[in-house]
Amino acid sequence: MSTIRVPRSERRGATWAPDSHAFPTRRYDLVKEFVVALVVMLVLAVVAAIVFSSPDEPAISLQQWARQAPNDVVATATGELAGTTTSATYGPPYNTAGEGQALGPVSLQKLPGVTEPVDPANDFVITPLRTLSAQPLVAAALRQWAGASPDQQTSWAQAYSDALGKAPDGDPAKVAPGDYGPVPVLARGVLALAASGALEGLLTSRTSFFGVDSSKPLLLLADGSHLEDRARAQNLGGDQWGIMNETGNYPGQPWLWLYTFWYQVPPFSTSDNADVQVWALMVLLSIGLICVPWIPGLRTLPKHLGVHRLIWRQRPR
Amino acid sequence: MSTRPTESTRPVAGGSGTWTAKLTAWVEGLVPKGQWLPDRQPAYVASWVYVFGVACLASLVVVIVSGLVLTLGGVMWWHSSSVGHFVNSVHLWSVELFFATMVIHLWGKFFMAAWRGHRGLTWATGALAFFGSLGTAFTGYLIQTNFDSQWISTQAKDGLNAAGIGAFFNVMNVGQMVLWHVSLLPLVVGAIVGLHLLLVRRRGVVPPIGAEAPDRMMQPGSPRPAGPPEPSAPRPGPDMSSDERARTSSGTRS
Repeated sequence: MSTIRVPRSERRGATWAPDSHAFPTRRYDLVKEFVVALVVMLVLAVVAAIVFSSPDEPAISLQQWARQAPNDVVATATGELAGTTTSATYGPPYNTAGEGQALGPVSLQKLPGVTEPVDPANDFVITPLRTLSAQPLVAAALRQWAGASPDQQTSWAQAYSDALGKAPDGDPAKVAPGDYGPVPVLARGVLALAASGALEGLLTSRTSFFGVDSSKPLLLLADGSHLEDRARAQNLGGDQWGIMNETGNYPGQPWLWLYTFWYQVPPFSTSDNADVQVWALMVLLSIGLICVPWIPGLRTLPKHLGVHRLIWRQRPR
Repeated sequence: MSTRPTESTRPVAGGSGTWTAKLTAWVEGLVPKGQWLPDRQPAYVASWVYVFGVACLASLVVVIVSGLVLTLGGVMWWHSSSVGHFVNSVHLWSVELFFATMVIHLWGKFFMAAWRGHRGLTWATGALAFFGSLGTAFTGYLIQTNFDSQWISTQAKDGLNAAGIGAFFNVMNVGQMVLWHVSLLPLVVGAIVGLHLLLVRRRGVVPPIGAEAPDRMMQPGSPRPAGPPEPSAPRPGPDMSSDERARTSSGTRS
């Protein structure tokens, strides 16, 4: 039985299409279309700006934090000294105190190493408090802290942290007596610095006159519960579709819906490695979207879906 | 008075071999002659779905212009100025329009299987422009210097750190994010969009699914379809198949 050989130039692959330049044409004013579209988009954006404006809830200053949630500031400072806060146990890129997340045997988080060094106890508490060394009580507390062994330091801070947790409303004034060393004085010193408005500057400008890196004050603020409490009150929590929302009744970043979606469902919603797992999944899906034209089955799917018949109602003749 | 010919009047020997001549020929060959900005389109380009591509491009212009106005006053300007706040609002809503039109354009092109006919790179650059725009918009939310940027940056850092990206891309460093948002990422997205538009003009609008070229449907001896003279075929490029390279080199069309 003989087979008919089709010339190579006549073979049609799964994504073959005729040359668009071979079809009959009609007048089409691209420039006019663009200008009209530009005017329409500009008018829509201006009208929406006039009608809906845009959200701008002021940032929380560390001073506001100290005034609105002083007990949280004291608890956070104590946690930094005890090494129990998120920053203190984070791992790369801030420190080596934690393992970070892993994707199976691979830890992408550890690969680059520590590139943004953060030592929470010293950076957020001890070093800023040295500016208060003129105060005898603080100076004495700093000397006592510096003279103690790391184990002793941790023991004091952990004991005070536990005691704060048991006190009504976490109020430092209602903490049961105990051996807390200099920790209560140090924690109250941080509260005083924050309340004075000086702490932000000490954290952002200590290494440079130009304080353009807000990493440390943000890490300290995020170690407390005040920031999250405010966010959750506005439906911005991680399990409330998180960062794709923004304050007020504004659309936020709806284009991040798929990324945020995975955090809402198992196994990601219960995984300790959810962040890297969601990232890996999204990278795979993104590569898949880019490569649709070369994925068998997917590249011919639109032909079977038939939606194209709504676009091209008449077959060209 | 000298009668010696100047450089410009001297006959050029082997001028087509110069780098300049080669670059000129390459640029001219990127798109078929007359197709950079044609005043005619194939008759099948007759649906509202085609509007969203140009609407997306138009809203990108509004995004860029409103963003440039915002840079005049600096990062904090819009918190204290009613004009700044208004421009910020225009910027925000033009971004929302940009993504809305882009997503409709993307889905429209998916249902049209617009990657057919060696248009795979056109689709891929469009998808890349979408992802580049996601990153650019995200950095915009980070540099608002308000509560939203505090919350978003402290939350987003964990995903980026877990993926190893946070070591180089610190979302809590406002200075770094400002430069990414107003300089680096817009340049990258602009370059990708430019390449996307070039590929669109190079290949033309994809014909309907199942359509045959008119000359295939005609009987021998019948007249060609009405329309302007055919543009010259594109020069062989990186996105062409070997068959197509052979056809364009010999001046034939499929």
